[in-house]
Amino acid sequence: MTIDYAEEVLKGSPRAVARVITWLENDDERAKACMEKLYPHTGNSYVVGITGAPGAGKSSLTDKLTHHFRSNGLTVGIVAVDPTSPFTGGAILGDRVRMSELTNDPGVFIRSMATRGFLGGLSQATGNVVKVMQASGKDIILIETVGVGQDEVEVMRIADTTCLILVPGLGDVIQSMKAGVMEIADIYAINKSDLPGAHQLCAEVTNRLSQDSYFKKKAWTPPIIQTVATEDIGISELLDSITSHRNHQVETGSLLEKRRERTRQETLQMIHYELFRIIKKHLSENGRMDKMIEAILSNKENPYSLMEQIVSECIRLPGKS
Amino acid sequence: MAEKKIKIIVAKPGLDGHDRGAKLLSRIFAEAGMEVVYTGLRQTPEMIAETALQEDADVVGLSSLSGVHNYFFPMVVKTLKGKGLDDVLIVGGGIIPKEDIPDLKKAGIAEIFGPGTKTDEIVDFIKKNVRS
Ligand SMILES: Nc1nc2c(ncn2[C@@H]2O[C@H](COP(=O)(O)OP(=O)(O)O)[C@@H](O)[C@H]2O)c(=O)[nH]1
Ligand SMILES: [Mg+2]
Repeated sequence: MTIDYAEEVLKGSPRAVARVITWLENDDERAKACMEKLYPHTGNSYVVGITGAPGAGKSSLTDKLTHHFRSNGLTVGIVAVDPTSPFTGGAILGDRVRMSELTNDPGVFIRSMATRGFLGGLSQATGNVVKVMQASGKDIILIETVGVGQDEVEVMRIADTTCLILVPGLGDVIQSMKAGVMEIADIYAINKSDLPGAHQLCAEVTNRLSQDSYFKKKAWTPPIIQTVATEDIGISELLDSITSHRNHQVETGSLLEKRRERTRQETLQMIHYELFRIIKKHLSENGRMDKMIEAILSNKENPYSLMEQIVSECIRLPGKS
Repeated sequence: MAEKKIKIIVAKPGLDGHDRGAKLLSRIFAEAGMEVVYTGLRQTPEMIAETALQEDADVVGLSSLSGVHNYFFPMVVKTLKGKGLDDVLIVGGGIIPKEDIPDLKKAGIAEIFGPGTKTDEIVDFIKKNVRS
């Protein structure tokens, strides 16, 4: 008897959830049929992104937040992303170390993932992985990003609320504010507030945010929460501000707008990806790709006209010859 | 379909507080192109098996320095089987007396690697024996 994985995911089977996630990561063709069945059951949970530099305390905060959500009776899915080494293709996924206690809680499902070359702080599959966890019935999904570099913007596309974790003594905050990382956050957490410099950091961020609001009126003013993840300090305040942001977005309709935009982007991206896959396969199969490359290298062809030729060959839109 | 990666859980069951060996092993596996889930200290068999389940791991690598292998290693195998994870490759390493090895293998540990083992040998064994 073959297992209906989608059915099992909907029943909440962690084993099925784990396997479907693997298919998504590997771009396995079994994933698509499964996702088609799961899709109507997604979108019911609230998605929170946790981003910030490596060592800022993202995993520790994710752990503590989850404990708080659990004591409120909510189930939690966690996606923790770590970087793939571009040299070896391998990865060390170490976020579970800080979440050990959650392992045996049946109301929590944790999946570690490697970026596999995807940029922006997540892996390519993260969006779909979140959906699988949603379909399995988790109330809250927490996404911990890689935290390397200043381009952690992908999480904002997937999360309903994004928390940026800052810590004293980890480089120039104002610098990263300039680079645009700060703009993505709905909530700022100053973690390691037990360390010297936390108050000053808090003042800097407050100052910068109030300058921002001078330039552009925003409906939501990001709160700044001081936390000590290791001591469970400030976590309920962090959770409260997540709830406030959620309520704010529900009341103003911006949550719906965010999800509409997300659906638009996801759908376009899927079409893009599938078209690319089909055309690439078509060109590779009969050796035409190699011939094209040779023709370009020997100046008999140029990639611009070849591109137009291929596209018009492969795609016929109604009303266009 | 994208290239498949070997996913391995590296765990250190038992109560002693040294994880240098396990961390080194994690690095070796990552260098060999695997995705390594490092779980940290003081893992119970239940935690290791549940981690393997959620991560859909292909391999579980157990490291022991404290002489608890005779109890813990077979317990991990049993707990994994109890969760229906029959095709997960389980290997062990650390300080393990030669005379313990036959019983551990009988209990379902695919291979035991002593302290002097070449890392290539461990990596090759995993690549050859992992589920496809
Ligand atoms: N002093 C202090 N250390 C913390 C705090 N939160 C986390 N840490 C420590 O910071 C280190 C990195 O934490 P981790 O959660 O792994 O950070 P991540 O890389 O952002 O996921 C660990 O050693 C934690 O114990 C905090 O609030 N205060
Ligand atoms: Mg982390």
